[in-house]
Amino acid sequence: MERILEKGMPVVDYSHKAKLPDGHRKRIFNKWLDEGYRMLVWTATAVLCLCLLAIIVFVGKTGVLVFKDVPAATFFTSFDWVPENGQFGSGVFIVGTLYLTLLSLVFSVPISLAVAAFNSVIAPNWLKNITRPVLDILVGVPSVVYGYIGVTVLIPIIRQTTGTLMGDGMLVSAMVLAFMVLPTITRISDDALTSLPKEYMEAAYAMGATKTYIIWTVLLPAARNGIITATVLGMARAIGETMAVVMVIGNVAQLPMDLLTPTAVLTSNIVSQIINVEFASTWNYALYMMAFLLLMISLVLIICVNFLRRKGGQH
Amino acid sequence: MVKNSNFNVFKFKKLQMPSKYVLRDAVFTGLIALVTAVVFAIVGILLWTILKKGLVNLTPNFLLGLPEELDAGGGIGPFLFNSFYVLMISLLLAIPIGVGAGICLSEYAPQNSLTRFVKMCVEALASVPSIVFGLFGMAIFVDTFQIGLTIIGAGVTLAMMNLPVITRVTEESMRSVSPGLREASLALGATKFQTITQVVLPVAMNGILTGIGLAAGRAFGESAVIILTAGTSTSGAMWDFNLFSPGETLAVHLWYVQAEAIVSDARLIADRAAAVLVLMVLIFNTSLRLPGFIAKMR
Repeated sequence: MERILEKGMPVVDYSHKAKLPDGHRKRIFNKWLDEGYRMLVWTATAVLCLCLLAIIVFVGKTGVLVFKDVPAATFFTSFDWVPENGQFGSGVFIVGTLYLTLLSLVFSVPISLAVAAFNSVIAPNWLKNITRPVLDILVGVPSVVYGYIGVTVLIPIIRQTTGTLMGDGMLVSAMVLAFMVLPTITRISDDALTSLPKEYMEAAYAMGATKTYIIWTVLLPAARNGIITATVLGMARAIGETMAVVMVIGNVAQLPMDLLTPTAVLTSNIVSQIINVEFASTWNYALYMMAFLLLMISLVLIICVNFLRRKGGQH
Repeated sequence: MVKNSNFNVFKFKKLQMPSKYVLRDAVFTGLIALVTAVVFAIVGILLWTILKKGLVNLTPNFLLGLPEELDAGGGIGPFLFNSFYVLMISLLLAIPIGVGAGICLSEYAPQNSLTRFVKMCVEALASVPSIVFGLFGMAIFVDTFQIGLTIIGAGVTLAMMNLPVITRVTEESMRSVSPGLREASLALGATKFQTITQVVLPVAMNGILTGIGLAAGRAFGESAVIILTAGTSTSGAMWDFNLFSPGETLAVHLWYVQAEAIVSDARLIADRAAAVLVLMVLIFNTSLRLPGFIAKMR
């Protein structure tokens, strides 16, 4: 018996009662194929979930070993990262990651919302058909290319305008990251704005409201959950971004006192040190623990997104 | 969205609106358009400069030649080859599982909390930072299996990274196929397997291909995973199909020449490698989008 495919009409599968031309054997074969296929796709789904489980278990298992040598409180709160002396404090990197993420969102969210509002309300259709694919392509541009742009274009500009010697640091990292998460936030906010019921806008127009007024007081508040979702997903991308950041941040384990001192974040520190570290060492376990922290942050963000989506799904 | 022509009636009202609001509206709308224009101008200029700097005098010798340690004039052959090789392995693994899981979620999974949980797993896997995938691959292949930094390790790890992307796109494209088609097929006596493979999949194929293109572009440009699972060196030979040799890819090479290389024309290699990467991503994205785009235009 068939289940309901889409809400509404029940569909009944009579294929097992139909007399097929080739008779009984073909029918049995088809039924067998059908069952086999069902098992196959369920297996694929199970494999997918197992992948996530395996990642959490393996990274977590390796990371927890660090607590044999370093107390958890020290690991998360100490600002001293001198692995050669056995000082494993990841405070610098945690602060750096939070600071960098916040800074890049401050740069990118207003611009993203402007572009999304332009795309969904102001732009004529032919323009939308150009801007949206371009944004999709931008999502696919490799992160090393963004890093390369940061090194070859942004850092020289920053050196010239501020007169600093290096130019590496929070500012250029945040600019590169802002550029990377911009298409993500724009596309999801754009979708949220576009999927609002047309009547909202028509009603507002009918009352004589201007476009500005509609965007500020009708569309943006109505799409609030979608926009927050977009920001959280952009945040997840910014927190986990590695290669673009490692190329421009300077990779020195010190607190980012101003925007132009070289510093480090969780991801950049992991990737710049892991290659030269022996696997069975506290140093390596500490890096794994940092990755586990990143993994937990991204999982929490996804749970937040799901919560938001369920709350905002009434449109 | 709303066509202006539908609102001719209100144009006459708009004229009567206090000029303060009209002015404010014009300024705000103009500002939004300006911000958008600036963003796209920057994107255009950057893409143009990257392609222009890198694609002039791009020779087959550079694309297929072996790299040099110190002297200028080396190529990127093995890296480019490894990029495609790793990509192919990852897609071979990820497409069957990803499409299968997508079909399951859209056609078989009942609407219950288990399905919701599975969908959350897919999203969670999609948002796992690439560096975490890299460390996972390292823990599995380098530490547990003791095979060192290899192409196969990178391929499998990349496949895991691509899985959720392909699954989500498959699910969405299958879901958007009209239920009437399924019902008609079932009413003709087709089994569910026949309905899915001969009716629903072909209709959803366009969307699925676009998703695979996205995943392929992402895998092609991925570097953090490759550094940790395939290393920053190659076997030194061109056309090396050995699954167990180290496999630095083009994206990793771009980082490497920018950060650590001592070769004298590092800057030139970086320019060209970036251009090739961008060009490849453009090709992946547009070629798979083209059929749908043409269909839309007709």
